[in-house]
Amino acid sequence: MVTFTLNGQERTFDGDPDTPLLWVIRDFEKLTGTKYGCGIAQCGACTVHLDGMPHRSCILPISVVEGSEVITIEGVSGKEAEAIKTAWAGLDVPQCGYCQSGQIMSAVALLQMVPKPTDADIDGAMTGNICRCATYHRIRAAIHNAANSMEG
Amino acid sequence: MNWKLAFTGVAAACLFVGAGMALSPVSVAQDAQADARTLKPAASFQSIASEQERSVALFQEAGKVIQHPRCVNCHPATDRPLQGASMRPHQPPVFRGDGGMGLPGMQCTTCHGAENIPVVGQADTIKSIPGNPAWHLAPIEMAWEGKTLGQICQQIKDPARNGEMTMDELVEHMAHDELVGWGWAPGAGREPVPGTQAEFGELIDAWVKTGAACPTS
Ligand code: FES
Ligand code: FES
Repeated sequence: MVTFTLNGQERTFDGDPDTPLLWVIRDFEKLTGTKYGCGIAQCGACTVHLDGMPHRSCILPISVVEGSEVITIEGVSGKEAEAIKTAWAGLDVPQCGYCQSGQIMSAVALLQMVPKPTDADIDGAMTGNICRCATYHRIRAAIHNAANSMEG
Repeated sequence: MNWKLAFTGVAAACLFVGAGMALSPVSVAQDAQADARTLKPAASFQSIASEQERSVALFQEAGKVIQHPRCVNCHPATDRPLQGASMRPHQPPVFRGDGGMGLPGMQCTTCHGAENIPVVGQADTIKSIPGNPAWHLAPIEMAWEGKTLGQICQQIKDPARNGEMTMDELVEHMAHDELVGWGWAPGAGREPVPGTQAEFGELIDAWVKTGAACPTS
Protein backbone atom coordinates (compact mmCIF):
# COMPACT_ATOMS: atom_id res chain seq x y z
CA MET A 1 0.00 0.00 0.00
CA VAL A 2 1.38 3.36 -1.04
CA THR A 3 0.16 6.56 0.62
CA PHE A 4 0.77 9.94 -0.96
CA THR A 5 -0.82 13.35 -1.40
CA LEU A 6 -2.43 14.18 -4.74
CA ASN A 7 -3.35 17.83 -5.27
CA GLY A 8 -3.56 18.31 -1.52
CA GLN A 9 -5.61 15.19 -0.69
CA GLU A 10 -4.24 12.04 0.87
CA ARG A 11 -4.58 9.07 -1.47
CA THR A 12 -3.61 5.40 -1.29
CA PHE A 13 -2.79 2.85 -3.97
CA ASP A 14 -2.62 -0.86 -3.26
CA GLY A 15 -1.91 -2.23 -6.75
CA ASP A 16 1.43 -3.34 -8.21
CA PRO A 17 4.14 -1.13 -6.66
CA ASP A 18 5.83 -0.93 -10.09
CA THR A 19 2.79 0.82 -11.60
CA PRO A 20 3.94 4.15 -13.03
CA LEU A 21 2.52 7.21 -11.28
CA LEU A 22 1.01 8.33 -14.61
CA TRP A 23 -1.19 5.21 -14.68
CA VAL A 24 -2.32 5.81 -11.11
CA ILE A 25 -3.17 9.43 -11.88
CA ARG A 26 -5.06 8.70 -15.10
CA ASP A 27 -6.58 5.23 -14.66
CA PHE A 28 -7.23 5.07 -10.93
CA GLU A 29 -7.65 8.72 -9.93
CA LYS A 30 -9.32 9.57 -13.26
CA LEU A 31 -7.36 12.80 -13.56
CA THR A 32 -6.76 12.75 -17.31
CA GLY A 33 -5.21 16.20 -17.73
CA THR A 34 -1.75 14.62 -17.48
CA LYS A 35 -0.98 12.95 -20.82
CA TYR A 36 0.86 9.86 -22.04
CA GLY A 37 3.16 10.61 -24.95
CA CYS A 38 6.10 8.22 -25.00
CA GLY A 39 6.37 6.35 -21.70
CA ILE A 40 10.15 6.69 -21.60
CA ALA A 41 10.90 10.23 -20.42
CA GLN A 42 11.41 11.55 -23.93
CA CYS A 43 8.48 13.95 -24.47
CA GLY A 44 7.42 15.63 -21.22
CA ALA A 45 3.65 15.19 -21.74
CA CYS A 46 3.35 13.41 -18.37
CA THR A 47 5.14 16.08 -16.29
CA VAL A 48 3.86 16.55 -12.73
CA HIS A 49 5.41 18.13 -9.63
CA LEU A 50 6.76 15.70 -7.07
CA ASP A 51 7.59 17.45 -3.80
CA GLY A 52 7.75 20.71 -5.73
CA MET A 53 10.04 19.54 -8.52
CA PRO A 54 9.07 18.63 -12.09
CA HIS A 55 9.09 14.88 -12.76
CA ARG A 56 8.14 12.60 -15.61
CA SER A 57 5.33 10.52 -14.12
CA CYS A 58 5.50 7.85 -16.86
CA ILE A 59 8.74 6.43 -15.43
CA LEU A 60 8.09 6.99 -11.73
CA PRO A 61 7.02 3.76 -10.01
CA ILE A 62 4.26 4.47 -7.51
CA SER A 63 6.39 2.82 -4.79
CA VAL A 64 8.82 5.75 -5.02
CA VAL A 65 5.97 8.21 -4.41
CA GLU A 66 5.30 6.92 -0.85
CA GLY A 67 4.95 9.91 1.48
CA SER A 68 5.37 12.44 -1.33
CA GLU A 69 3.26 15.31 -2.54
CA VAL A 70 2.12 15.08 -6.17
CA ILE A 71 0.65 18.08 -7.99
CA THR A 72 -0.94 17.67 -11.44
CA ILE A 73 -2.28 20.21 -13.91
CA GLU A 74 -5.66 19.93 -12.17
CA GLY A 75 -4.21 21.06 -8.84
CA VAL A 76 -1.34 23.40 -9.66
CA SER A 77 -1.77 26.76 -7.91
CA GLY A 78 0.08 29.81 -6.63
CA LYS A 79 1.22 33.03 -8.22
CA GLU A 80 3.44 31.38 -10.84
CA ALA A 81 0.60 29.09 -11.93
CA GLU A 82 -1.80 32.04 -12.13
CA ALA A 83 0.68 34.09 -14.15
CA ILE A 84 1.28 31.19 -16.54
CA LYS A 85 -2.46 30.55 -16.94
CA THR A 86 -3.14 34.20 -17.81
CA ALA A 87 -0.18 34.41 -20.19
CA TRP A 88 -1.15 31.13 -21.89
CA ALA A 89 -4.73 32.32 -22.44
CA GLY A 90 -3.53 35.75 -23.56
CA LEU A 91 -1.41 34.33 -26.38
CA ASP A 92 -3.64 31.35 -27.17
CA VAL A 93 -0.57 29.17 -26.75
CA PRO A 94 -2.08 25.69 -27.37
CA GLN A 95 -2.71 24.29 -30.82
CA CYS A 96 -4.04 20.73 -30.38
CA GLY A 97 -3.30 20.96 -26.66
CA TYR A 98 -1.93 17.47 -26.14
CA CYS A 99 1.48 18.51 -24.84
CA GLN A 100 0.25 21.57 -23.00
CA SER A 101 -0.37 20.27 -19.49
CA GLY A 102 3.23 19.04 -19.47
CA GLN A 103 4.46 22.35 -20.91
CA ILE A 104 2.58 24.29 -18.23
CA MET A 105 3.86 22.11 -15.38
CA SER A 106 7.43 22.63 -16.61
CA ALA A 107 6.89 26.36 -17.12
CA VAL A 108 5.41 26.84 -13.63
CA ALA A 109 8.31 24.92 -12.08
CA LEU A 110 10.77 27.10 -14.02
CA LEU A 111 9.19 30.33 -12.72
CA GLN A 112 9.21 28.94 -9.18
CA MET A 113 12.97 28.38 -9.49
CA VAL A 114 13.91 31.28 -11.80
CA PRO A 115 11.37 34.12 -11.52
CA LYS A 116 12.82 36.09 -14.46
CA PRO A 117 14.16 33.48 -16.89
CA THR A 118 16.29 34.36 -19.90
CA ASP A 119 15.82 32.67 -23.27
CA ALA A 120 18.66 30.33 -22.27
CA ASP A 121 16.90 29.46 -19.00
CA ILE A 122 13.71 28.72 -20.96
CA ASP A 123 15.63 26.55 -23.42
CA GLY A 124 17.25 24.67 -20.55
CA ALA A 125 14.04 23.98 -18.67
CA MET A 126 11.64 23.39 -21.57
CA THR A 127 13.85 21.33 -23.89
CA GLY A 128 12.38 18.07 -22.59
CA ASN A 129 8.81 19.07 -23.46
CA ILE A 130 8.10 18.27 -27.08
CA CYS A 131 5.24 19.91 -28.98
CA ARG A 132 4.24 18.21 -32.21
CA CYS A 133 2.33 21.38 -33.18
CA ALA A 134 5.50 23.43 -32.70
CA THR A 135 3.97 26.06 -30.42
CA TYR A 136 7.44 26.72 -29.04
CA HIS A 137 7.54 30.39 -30.07
CA ARG A 138 4.29 31.11 -28.19
CA ILE A 139 5.45 29.08 -25.18
CA ARG A 140 8.60 31.18 -24.95
CA ALA A 141 6.70 34.46 -25.33
CA ALA A 142 4.09 33.40 -22.75
CA ILE A 143 6.76 32.48 -20.18
CA HIS A 144 8.35 35.92 -20.62
CA ASN A 145 4.90 37.56 -20.30
CA ALA A 146 4.16 35.57 -17.16
CA ALA A 147 7.51 36.54 -15.63
CA ASN A 148 6.93 40.22 -16.46
CA SER A 149 3.43 40.12 -14.97
CA MET A 150 4.79 38.75 -11.69
CA GLU A 151 7.25 41.62 -11.32
CA GLY A 152 4.62 44.30 -10.69
CA MET B 1 54.54 -44.44 -54.98
CA ASN B 2 50.83 -44.52 -54.66
CA TRP B 3 49.85 -41.15 -56.07
CA LYS B 4 46.26 -41.60 -55.23
CA LEU B 5 47.00 -42.08 -51.54
CA ALA B 6 49.49 -39.21 -51.49
CA PHE B 7 46.95 -36.95 -53.14
CA THR B 8 44.31 -37.94 -50.58
CA GLY B 9 46.80 -37.16 -47.88
CA VAL B 10 47.44 -33.67 -49.26
CA ALA B 11 43.74 -33.11 -49.60
CA ALA B 12 43.22 -34.24 -46.03
CA ALA B 13 45.99 -31.93 -44.88
CA CYS B 14 44.39 -29.09 -46.81
CA LEU B 15 41.05 -29.87 -45.26
CA PHE B 16 42.66 -29.94 -41.85
CA VAL B 17 44.40 -26.63 -42.39
CA GLY B 18 41.25 -25.23 -43.90
CA ALA B 19 39.23 -26.31 -40.89
CA GLY B 20 41.85 -24.83 -38.61
CA MET B 21 41.75 -21.54 -40.47
CA ALA B 22 37.98 -21.47 -40.38
CA LEU B 23 37.92 -22.16 -36.66
CA SER B 24 40.62 -19.84 -35.47
CA PRO B 25 38.98 -16.49 -36.27
CA VAL B 26 35.87 -17.69 -34.46
CA SER B 27 37.77 -18.70 -31.35
CA VAL B 28 39.78 -15.47 -31.47
CA ALA B 29 36.51 -13.55 -31.66
CA GLN B 30 35.12 -15.56 -28.74
CA ASP B 31 38.25 -14.88 -26.72
CA ALA B 32 37.97 -11.19 -27.55
CA GLN B 33 34.33 -11.18 -26.47
CA ALA B 34 35.13 -12.89 -23.18
CA ASP B 35 38.08 -10.53 -22.77
CA ALA B 36 35.80 -7.52 -23.16
CA ARG B 37 33.47 -8.82 -20.44
CA THR B 38 36.03 -9.81 -17.82
CA LEU B 39 39.01 -8.26 -16.05
CA LYS B 40 42.27 -10.12 -15.54
CA PRO B 41 43.05 -10.33 -11.80
CA ALA B 42 45.70 -7.90 -10.60
CA ALA B 43 47.81 -10.85 -9.36
CA SER B 44 48.08 -12.26 -12.88
CA PHE B 45 50.31 -9.31 -13.86
CA GLN B 46 53.08 -10.51 -11.49
CA SER B 47 54.73 -12.30 -14.41
CA ILE B 48 55.72 -8.94 -15.93
CA ALA B 49 59.21 -8.43 -14.51
CA SER B 50 59.57 -4.69 -15.05
CA GLU B 51 57.54 -2.80 -12.46
CA GLN B 52 56.97 0.06 -14.83
CA GLU B 53 55.67 -2.20 -17.59
CA ARG B 54 53.52 -4.05 -15.05
CA SER B 55 52.04 -0.75 -13.90
CA VAL B 56 51.19 0.28 -17.46
CA ALA B 57 49.65 -3.15 -18.16
CA LEU B 58 47.53 -2.92 -15.00
CA PHE B 59 46.20 0.47 -16.06
CA GLN B 60 45.51 -0.76 -19.57
CA GLU B 61 43.41 -3.57 -18.11
CA ALA B 62 41.54 -1.08 -15.88
CA GLY B 63 41.12 1.04 -19.02
CA LYS B 64 38.59 -1.51 -20.30
CA VAL B 65 36.31 -0.10 -17.59
CA ILE B 66 37.39 3.54 -17.73
CA GLN B 67 36.90 3.86 -21.50
CA HIS B 68 33.61 1.95 -21.55
CA PRO B 69 30.56 3.99 -22.67
CA ARG B 70 28.97 3.38 -19.24
CA CYS B 71 31.74 5.55 -17.74
CA VAL B 72 32.62 7.97 -20.54
CA ASN B 73 28.97 8.94 -21.18
CA CYS B 74 28.95 10.91 -17.94
CA HIS B 75 32.52 12.23 -18.37
CA PRO B 76 31.69 14.22 -21.53
CA ALA B 77 33.95 16.85 -23.11
CA THR B 78 31.03 19.27 -23.45
CA ASP B 79 28.21 20.19 -21.07
CA ARG B 80 25.91 17.57 -22.63
CA PRO B 81 26.06 13.95 -21.46
CA LEU B 82 26.24 11.08 -23.91
CA GLN B 83 23.87 8.15 -24.11
CA GLY B 84 23.94 4.50 -25.09
CA ALA B 85 26.60 2.15 -26.39
CA SER B 86 27.05 4.39 -29.44
CA MET B 87 27.75 7.37 -27.14
CA ARG B 88 25.40 9.72 -28.97
CA PRO B 89 24.35 13.07 -27.42
CA HIS B 90 21.77 12.61 -24.64
CA GLN B 91 18.09 12.86 -25.55
CA PRO B 92 16.26 14.86 -24.39
CA PRO B 93 18.97 17.53 -24.62
CA VAL B 94 20.17 18.14 -21.07
CA PHE B 95 23.11 20.17 -19.82
CA ARG B 96 25.53 20.18 -16.95
CA GLY B 97 24.17 22.89 -14.61
CA ASP B 98 25.28 23.38 -11.00
CA GLY B 99 27.24 20.43 -9.65
CA GLY B 100 26.58 18.45 -12.84
CA MET B 101 22.98 17.96 -11.72
CA GLY B 102 21.30 19.63 -14.73
CA LEU B 103 19.73 23.03 -15.37
CA PRO B 104 16.85 24.52 -13.30
CA GLY B 105 13.65 22.80 -14.40
CA MET B 106 15.50 20.02 -16.20
CA GLN B 107 17.68 18.40 -13.61
CA CYS B 108 18.90 14.81 -13.73
CA THR B 109 16.20 13.98 -11.18
CA THR B 110 13.45 15.14 -13.54
CA CYS B 111 13.82 11.69 -15.09
CA HIS B 112 16.50 9.70 -13.22
CA GLY B 113 15.59 8.20 -9.88
CA ALA B 114 17.54 6.39 -7.19
CA GLU B 115 17.33 3.07 -9.08
CA ASN B 116 17.19 1.73 -12.61
CA ILE B 117 13.52 1.67 -13.62
CA PRO B 118 12.36 -1.06 -16.02
CA VAL B 119 9.96 0.17 -18.71
CA VAL B 120 7.30 -2.00 -20.29
CA GLY B 121 5.67 -2.10 -23.68
CA GLN B 122 8.55 -0.35 -25.42
CA ALA B 123 10.87 -1.16 -28.30
CA ASP B 124 13.36 -3.99 -27.71
CA THR B 125 16.15 -1.45 -27.57
CA ILE B 126 14.68 0.38 -24.55
CA LYS B 127 14.36 -1.74 -21.45
CA SER B 128 15.02 0.60 -18.53
CA ILE B 129 15.73 4.17 -17.45
CA PRO B 130 19.02 4.21 -15.54
CA GLY B 131 19.22 5.65 -12.05
CA ASN B 132 21.33 5.99 -8.92
CA PRO B 133 20.99 8.21 -5.81
CA ALA B 134 24.15 10.12 -6.85
CA TRP B 135 23.29 10.46 -10.57
CA HIS B 136 25.20 13.47 -11.98
CA LEU B 137 27.90 14.44 -14.48
CA ALA B 138 31.58 14.35 -13.68
CA PRO B 139 33.03 17.89 -13.55
CA ILE B 140 34.36 19.24 -16.87
CA GLU B 141 38.01 18.96 -15.69
CA MET B 142 37.38 15.22 -15.45
CA ALA B 143 36.21 14.94 -19.08
CA TRP B 144 37.33 11.66 -20.67
CA GLU B 145 35.40 11.80 -23.94
CA GLY B 146 37.81 11.85 -26.91
CA LYS B 147 40.95 11.30 -24.80
CA THR B 148 43.43 8.47 -25.13
CA LEU B 149 43.93 6.11 -22.20
CA GLY B 150 47.37 7.67 -21.62
CA GLN B 151 45.82 11.14 -21.41
CA ILE B 152 43.11 9.91 -19.02
CA CYS B 153 45.80 8.25 -16.91
CA GLN B 154 47.75 11.51 -16.53
CA GLN B 155 44.51 13.32 -15.81
CA ILE B 156 43.31 11.10 -12.97
CA LYS B 157 46.69 11.39 -11.24
CA ASP B 158 46.52 15.20 -11.37
CA PRO B 159 44.80 16.63 -8.25
CA ALA B 160 43.71 19.66 -10.30
CA ARG B 161 41.77 17.34 -12.59
CA ASN B 162 40.66 14.55 -10.28
CA GLY B 163 38.71 16.43 -7.62
CA GLU B 164 41.84 16.93 -5.49
CA MET B 165 41.97 13.27 -4.62
CA THR B 166 45.10 11.68 -3.21
CA MET B 167 46.06 8.37 -4.77
CA ASP B 168 44.62 6.56 -1.75
CA GLU B 169 41.35 8.42 -2.17
CA LEU B 170 41.40 7.58 -5.87
CA VAL B 171 41.75 3.86 -5.12
CA GLU B 172 38.90 4.11 -2.61
CA HIS B 173 36.74 5.99 -5.13
CA MET B 174 37.29 3.46 -7.89
CA ALA B 175 36.82 0.47 -5.59
CA HIS B 176 33.81 1.62 -3.57
CA ASP B 177 32.06 4.72 -4.94
CA GLU B 178 28.40 3.92 -5.45
CA LEU B 179 27.96 5.82 -8.73
CA VAL B 180 31.13 4.22 -10.13
CA GLY B 181 29.58 0.91 -9.05
CA TRP B 182 26.48 1.61 -11.16
CA GLY B 183 28.65 0.71 -14.18
CA TRP B 184 28.47 -2.95 -13.11
CA ALA B 185 24.69 -2.84 -12.56
CA PRO B 186 23.43 -0.48 -15.27
CA GLY B 187 19.93 -1.94 -15.62
CA ALA B 188 18.21 -4.05 -18.24
CA GLY B 189 19.20 -3.38 -21.83
CA ARG B 190 22.60 -1.89 -20.99
CA GLU B 191 25.96 -3.70 -21.18
CA PRO B 192 27.77 -3.58 -17.83
CA VAL B 193 31.44 -2.62 -17.67
CA PRO B 194 33.75 -5.70 -17.53
CA GLY B 195 34.60 -7.70 -14.43
CA THR B 196 33.55 -6.59 -10.95
CA GLN B 197 34.13 -3.36 -9.04
CA ALA B 198 36.29 -5.29 -6.55
CA GLU B 199 38.53 -6.56 -9.39
CA PHE B 200 38.68 -3.07 -10.85
CA GLY B 201 39.60 -1.62 -7.44
CA GLU B 202 42.39 -4.19 -7.11
CA LEU B 203 43.78 -3.28 -10.54
CA ILE B 204 43.83 0.43 -9.62
CA ASP B 205 45.36 -0.37 -6.23
CA ALA B 206 48.09 -2.51 -7.85
CA TRP B 207 48.66 0.19 -10.46
CA VAL B 208 49.20 2.81 -7.73
CA LYS B 209 51.50 0.46 -5.78
CA THR B 210 53.64 -0.12 -8.87
CA GLY B 211 54.23 3.59 -9.32
CA ALA B 212 51.07 4.55 -11.25
CA ALA B 213 52.85 4.52 -14.62
CA CYS B 214 50.85 5.70 -17.61
CA PRO B 215 50.60 4.29 -21.14
CA THR B 216 52.33 6.53 -23.68
CA SER B 217 49.22 6.73 -25.84
S1 FES C 1 5.00 10.23 -21.50
FE1 FES C 1 6.40 10.68 -19.94
S2 FES C 1 7.93 11.80 -20.95
FE2 FES C 1 6.65 11.13 -22.57
S1 FES D 1 -0.11 21.89 -28.89
FE1 FES D 1 -0.24 20.09 -30.06
S2 FES D 1 1.40 18.92 -29.28
FE2 FES D 1 1.73 20.82 -28.42
